Amino acid sequence: MEANLFTSMLFATVVAGTPLVIVALGLLVSEKSGVLNLGAEGMMAMGAVAAFAVTHETGSPWLGVLAGMGAGMVMAFLFGILVLSLMANQVASGLALSIFGVGLSAFVGKPFESVALAAVPPIRLPFLADIPVIGPALYNQQALVYFSWALMWAVVWFLYRSRAGLVLRAVGEAPGSAHSIGYPVIRIRYLATLFGGAMAGIGGAFLSVFYTPLWVEGMVAGRGWIALALVVFATWRPLRVIVGAYLFGGVMIAQLFVQGSGMEIDMPSQVLSSLPYWATIVVLVIISRNAATIRLNAPVSLGQPYRADT
Amino acid sequence: MTSRRTMIKSLAAVAGAAALPGAIRNAFAADPMKVGYVYVSPIGDAGWTFQHDLGRKQMESALAGKVVTKYVENVAEGADAERVIREFAASGNKLIFATSFGYMNYMERVARQFPKTVFMHATGYKMGKNMGIYNARFYEGRYLCGVIAGKMTTSNVLGYVAAFPIPEVLQGINAFIRGARSVNPKAEVRVIWVNSWYDPGKEREATTTLLSQGADVVTHHTDSTAVVQAAEEKGKYAFGYHSDMSKYGPKAHLTATTHQWGGFYTRTAQSVLDGSWKPGSVWGGYKESMIELSPINPVVPKEVVAMVTGLEEKLRAGTFHPFSGPVVDQDGKERLGAGEVMADDVLGKMDYFVEGVSSRLPKR
Repeated sequence: MEANLFTSMLFATVVAGTPLVIVALGLLVSEKSGVLNLGAEGMMAMGAVAAFAVTHETGSPWLGVLAGMGAGMVMAFLFGILVLSLMANQVASGLALSIFGVGLSAFVGKPFESVALAAVPPIRLPFLADIPVIGPALYNQQALVYFSWALMWAVVWFLYRSRAGLVLRAVGEAPGSAHSIGYPVIRIRYLATLFGGAMAGIGGAFLSVFYTPLWVEGMVAGRGWIALALVVFATWRPLRVIVGAYLFGGVMIAQLFVQGSGMEIDMPSQVLSSLPYWATIVVLVIISRNAATIRLNAPVSLGQPYRADT
Repeated sequence: MTSRRTMIKSLAAVAGAAALPGAIRNAFAADPMKVGYVYVSPIGDAGWTFQHDLGRKQMESALAGKVVTKYVENVAEGADAERVIREFAASGNKLIFATSFGYMNYMERVARQFPKTVFMHATGYKMGKNMGIYNARFYEGRYLCGVIAGKMTTSNVLGYVAAFPIPEVLQGINAFIRGARSVNPKAEVRVIWVNSWYDPGKEREATTTLLSQGADVVTHHTDSTAVVQAAEEKGKYAFGYHSDMSKYGPKAHLTATTHQWGGFYTRTAQSVLDGSWKPGSVWGGYKESMIELSPINPVVPKEVVAMVTGLEEKLRAGTFHPFSGPVVDQDGKERLGAGEVMADDVLGKMDYFVEGVSSRLPKR
């Protein structure tokens, strides 16, 4: 393969995978604490519209990202009130949050449908970007791409190397035991849920401010659901989430390149389009097929409400 | 999710209609005629539905006092559509426009139950005693864009981001490359299918893929403005579709094939008012003013603009057809002999790429 072509494919793969990485890592942390939030799509949509609106009004994409993060957290907080304080069913509340977020974002986003943002220039990392072939693809990227890599290491360190992460996992495994030795289960779950919301908001901001600098209703286009599925198929392991996200992005980009190159494709185009989905699922299922590790990594209390007095 | 939201909207509409006094349902003859529109997506700021809504507004102001219009946007192509259409019919709308292909069977079913209401369905093929169909010859605008593209490209590679390999989309791609090759026989077009009418992220990725593979003029048959924006960022050229998209890429946007439904909606509503409406199929293009190019970017040389204007005149006069023989497909097989003009029913079944398309058509 030509080096140039490989570089541009790698570049596009990283860009396409980044929103999934950010959102899925946030969801992973919240699921590790036992909270299943199916509202990712809605939180992303709200993050996208808030980030777009603030960037448009202030001219600063960074304030936009903060606003997106805030919007995601507000949505997650609403969800927290429902499922953590009022102990509503997590699946139903998450679905409701998704529908609500997508609808509300369409409503508040109406005035912003007609405006375009200037593209944010990428940040070139000195020296690293000069590495042939992979340098321009990996180290001449949007700041949020670097953020997603930092986030990955931060989440790995937090969950498996820090005391707080251990407590969070304990809450997800056995909330009763965690409570009995004095950990505030509900508060920890709130924090994890808010973190998930913040990351979903940033993922949405990446879409509307950096990826395609525009706001249109429905622009999240199912990425929240893909992120949710990634977490499950990666059996709640951060590094596998990343593998899955880039694999998904990579296969999507590869099939576009194959189409554009004029190669003979002996396949219906619908199959080609579904390739990223099933390729990701197949690979993740194969690398995670060990039943023991699945049991080890899946948070036992996922989706179950916890009542402190019982 | 969309369907759920629509369901809530429809429920609200039903609840609202139930509360209406009977007087409105049995409108007096002197009252303005009620006309309903069903849209498949939000109106937004550009695109398929936006153009239909523009047409609705033009019709309403042209027939001010004689009609009142109502619309429901973002109606999914499913059972919801039938409910919305039936609700329109039941609440006294005498003329209903459904503006998406997937409404066809639902509209047909409702039409049989309301024989005194006129139903008009865009882009479909089923007709009835009180149901007509309409569509526009988008490929005429595509041909003109192709002429401009053929003159503006320096790499001789054009890019096309397309949704699904259906006849309407293939007509557009084929007309585009025929236009380009009429002025630049070396031009080729590469096509990427994104298998979605609407996914800005994917449309953008497809565009950057085409640009990185050498294309320097791109266009799309999808619903967002992402393609024009991506071309602007990369300093390449693009054509809009449906609506003028120049504000999304002032430098990149050369022109756009725009849909103009206003005149058609006005004529149809007038004929229903007169009682002269007859079921039938309308497939209008330049001649019927249902297709127009948006203002051409000043970077396009004057002689190219003059060439396009000349072709526009011929299209209006009906003396030129983008699919005049010979039409040769990409495998070299002659699909239409020299001197012939492709018949509408043949056009409507188009399932091949013409010569100049370097991508292969995915198998169905």
